[in-house]
Amino acid sequence: MILFIIGLLSGLISGMGIGGGTVLIPALTIFLNFGQQIAQNINLLYFIPTALAALVIHVKNKRIKKELITFLIAGGIIGAFAGSYIAVSLDAVILRKLFGFFLLFMGISEVRKK
Amino acid sequence: MKKSYFKILGLGLLTGLVNGLFGAGGGTIVVPAMQKFLAVEEHDSHANAIAVILPLSLMSTLIYSRHLKVDWNALFYVSLGGIIGGILGAKLLSKLSASWLHKIFGFFMIVASIRMITG
Repeated sequence: MILFIIGLLSGLISGMGIGGGTVLIPALTIFLNFGQQIAQNINLLYFIPTALAALVIHVKNKRIKKELITFLIAGGIIGAFAGSYIAVSLDAVILRKLFGFFLLFMGISEVRKK
Repeated sequence: MKKSYFKILGLGLLTGLVNGLFGAGGGTIVVPAMQKFLAVEEHDSHANAIAVILPLSLMSTLIYSRHLKVDWNALFYVSLGGIIGGILGAKLLSKLSASWLHKIFGFFMIVASIRMITG
């Protein structure tokens, strides 16, 4: 199953500190012709339970800085609201190209890592 | 002190914007920024990034899911693979040299990005 293999690869690389979405989203759109927004939403949904599991461990280990994350989340919610509305109103092809530029930038920074 | 609150709010805003627009990538902004501008140690920056991006992704997926159909079938198989891949990755990657892996993945990311831009 292609979907299973795509998930497997994304899970593997998220362990390297590269977001799984950098594999998951392009693979869904390039190999399976998913619409850009649909693929992005799958990545968002997939992230939530895995992040929740990781967060429980980080809270137990007392790594979470409450004041810092409160302010980051406060600003972030406004950004998330704006970004998501832009994403759902854009044409899928244009969003795909924008994502492509973002991925290009991330790919170059990975290659340049020592 | 007040000034740094604005800096943190602004950083959060940018993280949410990118993560919402691309459905990914919040971590690529907030992790290095926490280390560079807020003097957060590397391990802590990853842990706190998850705490930040979780509610932002939740917010984003609520907006996405109101406007699009969710492909639950695809989500199921992707998640199944993702969980197994995550466990395998945690066990395998500490044994492998990460440096050349980053370069290989970076190369694939560049190839994929060109296809997405031109295709």
